[in-house]
Amino acid sequence: MELLTTNNVWMMICTALVFFMHLGFAFLEIGLTRQKNTINILFKNIFIITTGLLLYCLLGFNLMYPGEFNGFLGFAGIGLDAPLAGGTLDLTYNQGYTYWTDFLFQGMFAATAATIVSGAVAERMKIGPFMIFTIIYVGLIYPIAGSWKWGGGFLDKLGFYDFAGSTLVHSVGGWAALVAVWLLGSRIGKFKDGKPQAITGHNIPLATAGVIILWLGWFGFNGGSVLSADPRLTSLTLVTTCLAASAGGVVAAIVSGVLYKNLDLTMFLNGILGGLVGITAGADQMSPTDAILIGSIAGAIIIFAVSSIDKLKLDDPVGAIAVHLICGIWGTLAVGIFGTLAGWNQFLSQLIGVGSYAIICIVSTFIILFTLKKTVGIRVSEKEELEGLDNHEHGMNAYPDFRLNEH
Amino acid sequence: MKKIEAIIRKSKYRAVKEALHDVGINFFSYWDVTGQGHEKEGHVYRGITYSTSDIQRRHLSIVINDEFEEATIKAILSSAATGEVGDGKIFVSDIQDSYRIRTGEKGGDTLK
Repeated sequence: MELLTTNNVWMMICTALVFFMHLGFAFLEIGLTRQKNTINILFKNIFIITTGLLLYCLLGFNLMYPGEFNGFLGFAGIGLDAPLAGGTLDLTYNQGYTYWTDFLFQGMFAATAATIVSGAVAERMKIGPFMIFTIIYVGLIYPIAGSWKWGGGFLDKLGFYDFAGSTLVHSVGGWAALVAVWLLGSRIGKFKDGKPQAITGHNIPLATAGVIILWLGWFGFNGGSVLSADPRLTSLTLVTTCLAASAGGVVAAIVSGVLYKNLDLTMFLNGILGGLVGITAGADQMSPTDAILIGSIAGAIIIFAVSSIDKLKLDDPVGAIAVHLICGIWGTLAVGIFGTLAGWNQFLSQLIGVGSYAIICIVSTFIILFTLKKTVGIRVSEKEELEGLDNHEHGMNAYPDFRLNEH
Repeated sequence: MKKIEAIIRKSKYRAVKEALHDVGINFFSYWDVTGQGHEKEGHVYRGITYSTSDIQRRHLSIVINDEFEEATIKAILSSAATGEVGDGKIFVSDIQDSYRIRTGEKGGDTLK
């Protein structure tokens, strides 16, 4: 009983930390975009966390954890249904936490996947279609895909390992971001004569605060994925998480410094996030050295991924695809290369996992967004884009009392 | 009466202000401006090199009696220069009249 209480308290703290990550995402995204679209991004992120939790209560939790099922799709019924024992909550539900904590912790994760997309499509996507996409993606696709591994589905039986969601959360968001960016097209002015142009973010201090908040949130994201307060695993997980973040940031800063002769803070920040996403799949299986290596490689990957995405004429204002998709894939594969699970068979399982998630995410996002594109349209008009989504989609100004350079 | 308008580097504002005080110019207004000029500032953002010709400067507007003209211009020239492209410009124009709103006085005395 005392153990359950301790475990449960830790899990609730982690739940709160993961909730806080939504502020981190919001700050990072508005920091790296222009001020005329600030309200739009904040609106999307607030919409995602509120609607996401409601949908996870209504459908998601029971789609993701259906109990015994065929391994691909199961559903344990609408709404929450707490297990009772003698008329009150059954505390033998789990050694690590209660039913309610389980729901809320997983619910906080669910919304994250759509938040990743929000940053990638920033400054040009219509708000209505984005909301429709979010509802379907967070309400149905994320939990169904999640059930394949965390719900005990076919990838779990296959031996695929994803501790806290390099693939299940980050790549699921990243794949959707990739398809969405491709279908949307680039922002006006991003490519001139085929060459990528810099569209600078309007508030780098906010972006920095966002990354530090995300890092703090990751204490809960990875620390809570131990699913108990087990002292060995939680402590190790926090160490590997922080070392990978640090290594990712430092290597990204060095690589971008050498390549571009410039100490670019935004790349430093993306490197930290790349390290965090990279370690997430195996945070409990790595030694500190492994964590530093995984983080370092993620940091280097970020720099090349950002410039490759530019070369492919894909416009990702905040680097979401590089951070969440590319480093998510790297982190997932790294479980087969580093740490206690390393081995050829594990690597193959990881590869199958990455491929399976690629298929469901790409296909589902394409169907949803292509349908929306052909019916209501997913992109704002040129006039709206140039004058800002805040004015046209929301009729508001994020900073009405001070004048800044608008571009 | 003359109006001296100077567009200077923001980083030189303090030096110019002190030089103006030294020659007895204690009243003027200023504002920050963005403009186009010969100077190009090179930047790198997320791996993309770009240059912008939009540059930030400070615009000073000083209205003085004729006898202060030379000293004022000298003070600005000596304090605002770095020798690099982009040090700015000084414009001089005639002012027809001046009134002090509090008392309704007119003429050169209102500038004292």
